[in-house]
Amino acid sequence: MGVLALQGDFERHVHALEIAGACAVEVRTAAEMQQCDDLVIPGGESTTMLKLLNLMDLKEPLREYLGLKSVFGTCAGAILMAKEVLNPAQECFGAMDLTVERNGYGRQVDSRVVQLSPSASFTERMGEGALEAVFIRAPIVRRAGAAATVLAEYEGNPVLLEQGRHMVATFHPELTDLTKDTRVHKLFLTKL
Amino acid sequence: MILNSEQYRVNVAFAEMMKGGVIMDVINAEQAIIAERAGACAVMALERVPSDIRKEGGVARMTPVNIIREIKAAVSIPVMAKVRIGHFAEAQILEALAVDFIDESEVLTPADEEHHINKHAFKVPFVCGARNLGEALRRIAEGASMIRTKGEAGSGNIVEAVRHIRTIIKEMRHLTILGKEELVHEAKNLGAPLDLVEWVAAHGKLPVPNFSAGGIATPADAALVLQLGAEAVFVGSGIFKSSDPEMRARAIVKATTYYKDPAKLLEASEDLGAAMPGLDISKLPESELMQTRGW
Repeated sequence: MGVLALQGDFERHVHALEIAGACAVEVRTAAEMQQCDDLVIPGGESTTMLKLLNLMDLKEPLREYLGLKSVFGTCAGAILMAKEVLNPAQECFGAMDLTVERNGYGRQVDSRVVQLSPSASFTERMGEGALEAVFIRAPIVRRAGAAATVLAEYEGNPVLLEQGRHMVATFHPELTDLTKDTRVHKLFLTKL
Repeated sequence: MILNSEQYRVNVAFAEMMKGGVIMDVINAEQAIIAERAGACAVMALERVPSDIRKEGGVARMTPVNIIREIKAAVSIPVMAKVRIGHFAEAQILEALAVDFIDESEVLTPADEEHHINKHAFKVPFVCGARNLGEALRRIAEGASMIRTKGEAGSGNIVEAVRHIRTIIKEMRHLTILGKEELVHEAKNLGAPLDLVEWVAAHGKLPVPNFSAGGIATPADAALVLQLGAEAVFVGSGIFKSSDPEMRARAIVKATTYYKDPAKLLEASEDLGAAMPGLDISKLPESELMQTRGW
């Protein structure tokens, strides 16, 4: 497993994947990316990551990777994987049929930790129980295409979705107490 | 323990998102746009960069509200702003303005020589400077969600930033080999709460992100403090006091991502133009040091 380590909380994802039972490495170059079977795009600043992908000539390698292998995007990662980004409009990779609004809940003072009830398609595979979701300047999914399956919602908006081999969360499963719950990362591991 | 409150978790989590990034000092919207374009993960809004504060003297105060508004309107990355040490009324104003992070900063003229702000009274997260582990843990106990080593702001000289990050890392390592009763003694020596001292002893790191500031002027400076254990960098005067700010900003961003890769660091160091002028800190009189403000 690779974790894109240009900027953001990549270290926490490496840790979470290891607790979930995977072997994870930080990815900063196209060569490192190609060595990984799966990739996580972590939280951070999506505009910054986009600039860095350009600056480091990683845009095309990532586009190719998304066409071939499984990718899990959290928060900023989810923004990059969407088909359309609002507030402001921004370039994205269209790996999942979603329209995402940046900072949908407001600024940092509106960040929060909440308990969610995941959908049946999540609990049937990963087990029952509420899911803790840490939202940090989180985006809101304003539209999800028919190909995307909603795995959890908050205030009527999807926050955890899958589409084929890809997955996104608008919250941060890597910042949850991982001694108690690693179901989200484990679900991604089933896509290997 | 303070570390378990929801507000605190959310604020520390936000600080986590800036790891591996560069936070750049900017004094107007135009500079903020350049910083964002170059790949900054946040900007720090202020009236004058530290090297100008140092040169011009006088009282340095909270970032003016109109500058912050202008910068917030110009960029979509988080906007931080500075208040004077202990000046909680300035912090209340910045919270009402909904800045994303407040820096209770020694770069400004302190408002209170004994007390720092009680940061638990705020929803907005705070970053504070520290020169050693005791100072870092006192600020965390007061509610800081991010620590940055102080270095010597506006000097263009990395020596103090290196001293401070090395000191904190060494003091944390030391705690990890001590027994329970020794930690009590160490908490007394550090002047820090025992529960935080025990947390550091168990984890070998701070409970909040630990960034570096104060003297970073080149891509190599950024790579140095990151290899020493800093998790992101603040660059103050180093960018907009250089001969080609945008180029230098991009180069420092690149060096921050590839801090362990000498070939990429070489690429980042090509054709940069002149760095900001530097100061020999050993020749500065004690009264001109910024790092000794606060405790």
